[in-house]
Amino acid sequence: MERTTQRMIEIPRDVMTGEELWQPGVLSCQGCGGSLAMKLALKGLGRRTVIVLPACCMSIIVGAYPYSTSQVPLLHVPFETAAAGASGVRAALDIRGEEDVVVMAWAGDGGTFDIGLQALSGAAERNEDILYVCYDNEAYMNTGIQRSGATPAGAWTTTTPDKAVKEESKKDIERIMLSHDIPYMATASVAYPADIYAKFKKIRSIKGTKFIHILSPCPPGWQIDSADSIKVSRMATQSNVFPIYEVENGKYTINVYPEKEVTVKEYMKTQGRFRYITDDAVNAAQEWTDRKWEKLKGMLK
Amino acid sequence: MRQLLKGNYAVAEGARLCRVKVVSVYPITPQTTIVERLSEICASGELDAKFIKVESEHSAMATLVGASSAGVRAFTATSSNGLLLMHEVLHWVAGARLPIVMTNVNRAVSGGWNIWADQTDSISQRDTGWLQIYCESSQEVLDSVIMAYRLAEKILMPVMLTYDAFFLSHTTEVVDVPDIELVDEFLPPYQPEFKLDIDNPRMFGGLMSPDYFYEHRYTVHKASQEALEYYPEVCREFRDIFGRDYDITEEYRTDGAEVIVVTTGTITSVVRITVDKMREAGRKVGLMKLRMFRPVPVDRWRSILGNVAKVVVIDRNLSPGLGGVFADEVQAALYSLENRPSIYPVVAGLGGRDVTPADIEGIINHALSSDDPAGVPLFWGLKE
Ligand SMILES: Cc1ncc(C[n+]2csc(CCOP(=O)(O)OP(=O)(O)O)c2C)c(N)n1
Ligand SMILES: [Mg+2]
Repeated sequence: MERTTQRMIEIPRDVMTGEELWQPGVLSCQGCGGSLAMKLALKGLGRRTVIVLPACCMSIIVGAYPYSTSQVPLLHVPFETAAAGASGVRAALDIRGEEDVVVMAWAGDGGTFDIGLQALSGAAERNEDILYVCYDNEAYMNTGIQRSGATPAGAWTTTTPDKAVKEESKKDIERIMLSHDIPYMATASVAYPADIYAKFKKIRSIKGTKFIHILSPCPPGWQIDSADSIKVSRMATQSNVFPIYEVENGKYTINVYPEKEVTVKEYMKTQGRFRYITDDAVNAAQEWTDRKWEKLKGMLK
Repeated sequence: MRQLLKGNYAVAEGARLCRVKVVSVYPITPQTTIVERLSEICASGELDAKFIKVESEHSAMATLVGASSAGVRAFTATSSNGLLLMHEVLHWVAGARLPIVMTNVNRAVSGGWNIWADQTDSISQRDTGWLQIYCESSQEVLDSVIMAYRLAEKILMPVMLTYDAFFLSHTTEVVDVPDIELVDEFLPPYQPEFKLDIDNPRMFGGLMSPDYFYEHRYTVHKASQEALEYYPEVCREFRDIFGRDYDITEEYRTDGAEVIVVTTGTITSVVRITVDKMREAGRKVGLMKLRMFRPVPVDRWRSILGNVAKVVVIDRNLSPGLGGVFADEVQAALYSLENRPSIYPVVAGLGGRDVTPADIEGIINHALSSDDPAGVPLFWGLKE
């Protein structure tokens, strides 16, 4: 099997020199994966983009009135309405003859896996010509680390406290989205900036609903050192907990074959949020991960 | 052109005449025929609009947030549970100053399903910031859609028009459908100063600290009140072009009245004929039709009701533990008057229970014969 080369981890020249549409001065915590993901995404998308942003950490990170760090138009919308709001912006821009402008809904895992799923499913079923991005920090971080449908089994959050850490596995949002037969679905990770950049460049030319799921580490929520957020996200892919792949019109491609393999246990060990997990739960998580990885590889045939 | 139209079709005609650009509507009885009609005219090209077939009312209103923020004229229609589902987004729309127009068929609110006339749905949205206009006839509904866009886009506030389930939504009346060229003359294309614009990127609706939010809310309040100043101009121009208009609050045969009945919606028509009949018999009764409910035309209410001995307020809505909401608000508006009238709050016709001329006469006679209204609502026509 092909191993990912250093190239995937390096930051492409265009990213360094391209126009900065996510300006410095963001209100994120240090090591925030979400803000970095947005920066990379906008590099790939360019100026002709409108952001639709529901309640999530990013709606704070972008800045409070009268400031904004975004250099493209940005519309805040209620928590569960990212996909619906984006559908409306799309309709209006089409009427204005601005079909080339990308309308990007940018929501957290709570806004996607949970409260916004109905609107997202509606938009995907209508195959709205929008890009929907879920930056996934695996809990409700804005409100102070509560579990979401994206929180992995074994994780501590304030609503899955030490004596009752989360038992349920992470919801399979990729499978849900693919069941809508959308033209493009991808995963990405801030540990692989070249891959993010390439994906956001690519979606410009795809009509219909595009969905990109980005793993976005959260130092306070995952209880990691802010300097380690890239390392930890890379281990998520190296352990196959978060594989990086894309599905274009039903065709699967794995974009990142990790340069080294680590166990789920090693991945979990890097994060304080897993410190209450039992050995049995670690084994179950390893089995769950292996099963999903095999299934994914099976889709390549 | 004069046509036979049900109230719901009059609404669809109103949307067509206003050349709305984005329509997002989700079906609910008794509004459904609007969705059907709008689907047809969008598909046939009679209306050149994008119809977003959303999966819920919450998304219907949320798509309009997107569309209106991007600078196009947007329309929706709903009723009852559908309106309640929108509640969060209704606040958002008014706070964002988006001039969306929506029609709501007044239908009872569940639990205990009921699809018939009752205003508790729109009354529950009283504090969202939406302007509220209660209509009595299909002609009034159609005309009000056109007037509403003119008003909304001037003051940058959303407008909700309401009318009664079945009594209007499904009843056929003769309606004069104006020529679209005349409507164009009255209602210019929507061109907002601020919108989502690639060449002038701005952020809309972000976090506001206590340093800013209070003033922001005050501007929303002031914008709502601007409707009171601007509405007469809308009426005047509408009359100049179409030959009819609708007063913000209508006064009917109030001269020398001993009692004035305050109503909204279709009950108004029943009161109107009852007043005529009682006037013929020499009884001194009059009517005040409450059309615009938000913003509250306080001065107008005071000038109409300030010199009468007794006021009956009929509410086809209920705030449990209080009574009817219109009665409450009318009392509040009149309280500071020195010679304030005695108020007789009456709840009637909830969930589509018929309110007949005999009922109205009974209600008026009750008020005339009693000297102590005591402020507690009379639940008229309650079965034992
Ligand atoms: C209807 C509604 N319910 C709850 C909230 C409170 N709320 C705001 S953001 C948020 C969690 C967001 O979680 P997620 O989407 O994962 O984004 P994150 O903050 O983790 O980046 C919650 C619960 C809200 N704004 N609206
Ligand atoms: Mg989250």
